[in-house]
Amino acid sequence: MAISFDKAFGVHEAALNLKAERAEVIANNLANADTPKFKARDIDFQKALQMASSKRQSGLTRTNSRHIDSRLGTEIPGLSYRIPLQPDTGDGNTVEAQIEQTKFAQNAMQYQTSFTFLNGRIKGLLSAIRGE
Amino acid sequence: MSLYNIFNISGSAMSAQSIRLNTTASNIANADAVTSSSGQVYKARHPVFSTIFQNVSNQNQVGGVRVAGIVESQAEAVARYQPDNPLADDKGYVYAPNISLVEEMANMISASRSYQSNVQVANMTKSLLTRTLSLGQ
Repeated sequence: MAISFDKAFGVHEAALNLKAERAEVIANNLANADTPKFKARDIDFQKALQMASSKRQSGLTRTNSRHIDSRLGTEIPGLSYRIPLQPDTGDGNTVEAQIEQTKFAQNAMQYQTSFTFLNGRIKGLLSAIRGE
Repeated sequence: MSLYNIFNISGSAMSAQSIRLNTTASNIANADAVTSSSGQVYKARHPVFSTIFQNVSNQNQVGGVRVAGIVESQAEAVARYQPDNPLADDKGYVYAPNISLVEEMANMISASRSYQSNVQVANMTKSLLTRTLSLGQ
């Protein structure tokens, strides 16, 4: 019986990648906390994970190479603008630094959780290979 | 790997905020630099931030922040009556820049807090990456 790595890692591999991407988006929000007209964004994790785990892509399927790629500009699935608690801050910026910071910390914890699951799976595989 | 990109993003924000701190320091330092004519007076400087998009055609890509430019305040110089000052003009006035110290101090605190939060993001990313390197060990 062959070991299937896809089955062994399950959803955690995709989840880890998504959390890394989400960390990048939130870091960008924090970096632009003082940029006029900047709109905060976030990844809808459930939507993105559904797409990633079913290997689906956002946008339309191209059946001909001359079709325009509708996915252009939406490289990260589930990426959308955050709805701010305070609608107008005077300069059009919608970053709420406290919220972004807690989201970043939360995302980091979730990353570590996924990491621990993945690590456990790898350790399980290793002990299966060694036959200990 | 997108986690490495966070260092670029946070780094760009740290350098932008340090430029903001620099201009604030310059404004506070020159708040009392008087001159003998209103045209030569120091003007308060403030940076303007804008988002970097890695790829212009792809607005969803994230990239960090940069200083688009530094604008000089258009506020009129303040005339002070100091006839004993050697720089005073023939009517006895010297001209000081129209800088609000309160505003500059608030700006400085805001910049240093933003700087700190970006340092925290970079630190957190560093510990995540270190953990990732130990995957499977």
